[in-house]
Amino acid sequence: MCGIRSSCVLFHVKFRIIIYQIFNNFMENKVNIIIDGKQYEAAKGKTVLDVARENGVYIPTLCYHARTGKAGKCRACLVEIEGVRGLKESCAMEVREGMVIKSNSEKITEVRKMIVELHLSNGEHNCIACEKNGHCELQDMAYHLGIERPHYAVESHTMELDCSSEGIIRDPNKCIQCGRCIKGCNHNVMHEVLDFGWRSGHMKVICDDDVPMGESTCVQCGECVQLCPVGALTFKNAKGKGPYWELKKDKVICTYCGVGCSVDVYTKDNKYIYSLGTEENWENQTNKGMLCVKGRFGFDFLNREDRLKTPLIRKNGKLEEATWDEAFDLVVTKLGDIKAKHGKGSIGFFTSARISNEENYAVMRFARGVIGTNNIDHCARL
Amino acid sequence: MTNSMQEADKSNVIFIIGTNTTWNHPVFGGMIKKAVKEKGVKLIVADPRSIGLAKLADIHIKQNPGSDTALLMGLQHIIIKNGWENKEFIKERTEGWDEYVKSLEFYTPEKVEELTGISKEQIFETAKLYATSGRGAIFYAMGITQHTHGVDNVMSCSNLQMILGNFGLEGTGVNPLRGQNNVQGACDMGGLPNVFTAYQPVINEDARKKFAEAWGKKLEDMDDKVGQTITGMVDNAGDSIKAVYIVGENPMMSDPDLHHAKEQFEKLDFIVVQDIFLTETAQVADVVLPAAAFAEKYGTFTNTERRVQFSNMALNPPKGVKHDHEIIAELAKRMGCNDFPDTVEALYAEIRKLSPSYAGISYERIKKGPGLRWPCPTEEHPGTPVLHSGKFSRGLGLLKAITYRPPAEYANAEYSMVLTTGRMLQHYHTGSMTRRSKVLDGIVSSGMIEINIEDAQKLNIVNGEKVKVSSRRGAIEITALVTNKIKKGIVFIPFHFAETAANVLTNNALDPVAKIPEYKVCACKVEKIS
Repeated sequence: MCGIRSSCVLFHVKFRIIIYQIFNNFMENKVNIIIDGKQYEAAKGKTVLDVARENGVYIPTLCYHARTGKAGKCRACLVEIEGVRGLKESCAMEVREGMVIKSNSEKITEVRKMIVELHLSNGEHNCIACEKNGHCELQDMAYHLGIERPHYAVESHTMELDCSSEGIIRDPNKCIQCGRCIKGCNHNVMHEVLDFGWRSGHMKVICDDDVPMGESTCVQCGECVQLCPVGALTFKNAKGKGPYWELKKDKVICTYCGVGCSVDVYTKDNKYIYSLGTEENWENQTNKGMLCVKGRFGFDFLNREDRLKTPLIRKNGKLEEATWDEAFDLVVTKLGDIKAKHGKGSIGFFTSARISNEENYAVMRFARGVIGTNNIDHCARL
Repeated sequence: MTNSMQEADKSNVIFIIGTNTTWNHPVFGGMIKKAVKEKGVKLIVADPRSIGLAKLADIHIKQNPGSDTALLMGLQHIIIKNGWENKEFIKERTEGWDEYVKSLEFYTPEKVEELTGISKEQIFETAKLYATSGRGAIFYAMGITQHTHGVDNVMSCSNLQMILGNFGLEGTGVNPLRGQNNVQGACDMGGLPNVFTAYQPVINEDARKKFAEAWGKKLEDMDDKVGQTITGMVDNAGDSIKAVYIVGENPMMSDPDLHHAKEQFEKLDFIVVQDIFLTETAQVADVVLPAAAFAEKYGTFTNTERRVQFSNMALNPPKGVKHDHEIIAELAKRMGCNDFPDTVEALYAEIRKLSPSYAGISYERIKKGPGLRWPCPTEEHPGTPVLHSGKFSRGLGLLKAITYRPPAEYANAEYSMVLTTGRMLQHYHTGSMTRRSKVLDGIVSSGMIEINIEDAQKLNIVNGEKVKVSSRRGAIEITALVTNKIKKGIVFIPFHFAETAANVLTNNALDPVAKIPEYKVCACKVEKIS
């Protein structure tokens, strides 16, 4: 008796908790779903793919990108949903209360294999010297599915590389026509250069009316390269400078205009290689992951050989190399002498709109606190 | 900016004046395009050139350079005549109405048509669209400020926004787009002759006392007078100014009337330049100190919307190169100041201690995230995306009476064209970095003068031809870009290129208050080189 009673009570308690949870979730716009046997709480309006990614469940995508949204083209992200016929695209499927999802069944694997094999059979997906090697989403899929070489023998004609642009190389043989670049160009950066052109087997991504990129209206912001899942769009300046896994990534703030874009700078052996707009937390970043041509391609001055590397002192009318000690001594002596002779107001400081706040503060404190003058300004007016 | 860039699609109408946004702030230019094309935000562009955004605009008006005050006040004249103003906002939140309205009498549609070269009908349509569409935001850049009446232009913008109640709400405001990545920060840090950090005036004894105490100085040793501006220091070189210390600036390219600037620099006893390259200015220095570049340091930068962001150190500086703050700290030490902060952290701690608007912005809060917008007085404060909600910082907003003043120099029989200057998409300021970039210099490697087709025909000039351009101050030879994208009688030259330096021609006449030079208008002559 006792046992039955206690289990009844337990059942009631559990039931109440579940009801309470559902009610709570309803009020908070949350739903419970199950992916591969594990329960997850998810916000309403999210897609199955969003929830899977948030929880570290691997579902590959080729046409979907967080910054271009669902496209429903590539079918790489298909999942099984209990009670729903056929396989569904997880990037387009919004979560519903009680959804039970399989992300990795035999059926799914089979379909994914076919998708990848079809892509691999079309065009030339040679990873050996590809700039995308190591962070190619098609390569990732092939790796996870264990595809060494494709089954299908599709005859494809080799298309010419488009190297006409200063900063971007287009390799149509590697393009999988996912459409991310087109969406990014037309709806993120709004430059409206890229589109699909031609039909059926001849369909390809074109610039304007199918002119080489370097002759088109492209402003080379590089958004398309950043969104490309494969090696169809790459940076010319990064070519051969080092494989992805050897690069170091650091988030910096762009040094050019006042928008203050957040940039992930990739470097190797203390040399700048290339820039991507920061993808992490992109919705809240000033630039939402985008860059302009200057932020994308304008940082290579960092590597220049003609950077100043030693102090220079003018001797007999000419600037000659000097040690830091000599330079410091000269500046201290001269500023001291001029201050003593003409007063502190005879010295002026041009601080900079290009150095950090901390450095501006240092210059300001030096001018006002050490020299004792308010003669300090910067190029806000120029 | 009183508001934030992310709010572009919260506006009902955007007014672009004096900013070629898609070239100078390209990522934000894209956001405006998106707001217009995909969110149905209305767009008004006022610019003598057919800039990128003009293509999308509901209205594009081409005012004569230097006539912005007339245009902006003319719009207000029409708004008030038609009763489109926000009477409640004006009553509750502004002052100065009587005098202001009186000053508007001058700006009749007829007068404004004469001054701006825009038809009365177009001005009326512009006023109607802007005043009756709902929330409106004004964005401007140096096209508004770089005039001898730059302050009047800015005041005209804020008048317009005040009479329409366009303050304190998302998608409104007076929004100057700042040209350098830390021009906002340099101002916030007191890199100005009249203020300490966070705009605490140097003429205020309490402020001086506060900083004197923090720096361990005697109050009487603090300079109690407003210092000289850059333009003032250059003009007074050799007289009251004997030495200049220049950090990361290139006035020998960016100053107006470069011949004059060069002469003035020669009068100085001592010039120190601290920079990353041997710029035009470093070449005339007595001592050049090699400094680390942006990705070779860490610290904070403040963008145009007052967002303080943390930038990491991606690279070590080249061997032999020091960080700017290290150099300054070492000099301070050698000049006898032993407690000068010598780390980035120590400097930032002082900034937070002495500047209320930065007090709540700790490194921890901004290192991971996308930064915080000041004012942010405490560590719990979420930052302030929109300024002036409910109240202006001065209390009531001042509607300013504005008397029209023409530009310092205008076209005449000899110098019959008007020159305006600015930047291009691919290059940046004096070009010391972008001209050294392979891709950027590969796309555009030389300067050109934009000239209207009709003007070119009259002068018998064809596209791509080298022409001579001269003003009262100097002359350059430069390739002609014949285009219908610029208004007749006006020419445009970008100032990035030392070979064709636009600032040889520009006028160093200043705004009496802001001391900003009139880069946007000067009289010039274009001639065929036979």
